Amino acid sequence: MITCSEAVRRLWEYLDAMVDEADREAVEEHLSLCRRCCGELEFAVELRRLLLGSGRGDIPTDVLRRLNQTLEELG
Amino acid sequence: MAGVQVTRADQREDFRRLVRAELPRLYAIARSLVGADAEDAVQDCMVKAFERLDQVRDPAAGAAWLRSILVNCCRDRGRARSRQPVPVDWGEAEDFSLYRKIAYEDPFPYSDSLHLDFLQGFGREDVHAVLLRLPEIYRVPLVLVYMHGFLTKETAAILQVPLGTVLARLHRGRKLFEKQMWDYAEENGLLKEDVR
Ligand SMILES: [Zn+2]
Repeated sequence: MITCSEAVRRLWEYLDAMVDEADREAVEEHLSLCRRCCGELEFAVELRRLLLGSGRGDIPTDVLRRLNQTLEELG
Repeated sequence: MAGVQVTRADQREDFRRLVRAELPRLYAIARSLVGADAEDAVQDCMVKAFERLDQVRDPAAGAAWLRSILVNCCRDRGRARSRQPVPVDWGEAEDFSLYRKIAYEDPFPYSDSLHLDFLQGFGREDVHAVLLRLPEIYRVPLVLVYMHGFLTKETAAILQVPLGTVLARLHRGRKLFEKQMWDYAEENGLLKEDVR
């Protein structure tokens, strides 16, 4: 079985479905037997959610107005 | 030649419609990449894209084309500013696990959801502040892929580096980000139970 640090190193790639078949099986086998790495996995999922959520956000109306104005003035 | 002129006017109108639809997303990406310079970066992007209007072959790819120009405008602005990210202690970051650090330091002894509590201390501005501490080569792929849902191969094409380079930078970037999250939480009082 792969070690905890080997499993953790592959976790994000695993979540991105960027690991090959063999690595995926190795990670899943490890997770089925290791509680701590399951915690690492859940944490990685939450951290990714935080990043994705932080990327969203409204554009302030005054900024939008100025940008639209530039757009109209182009050309 | 009236026909040609109409085509050109149409092209410009299509361009304006495309940019108008994409503005919120472009601004959000720029916010993550260059913080307070976001509006200027989007302005740069619009001007540059307008100059290169003739390059657009496939209108369906217009949004991706705009995003690619924006990312490079952001990188130019970032460089011009020559930000000084915190020096990277790579040896320390390589083996850093934020999950283990939180469990070990146990900042909220009365909590039964320690790790979630830690993350909940971070608002959007905090996340951006942590990202701005990272060197640009790690920050940019991290922001594009994990905040804005770019594909890794799309990111590689925009940055003009091989896919393997993007994957390696994402890996290192994540470790640095985790380490900087912890340091930021310590420095900004996010680890005190009484402030939440
Ligand atoms: Zn393990």
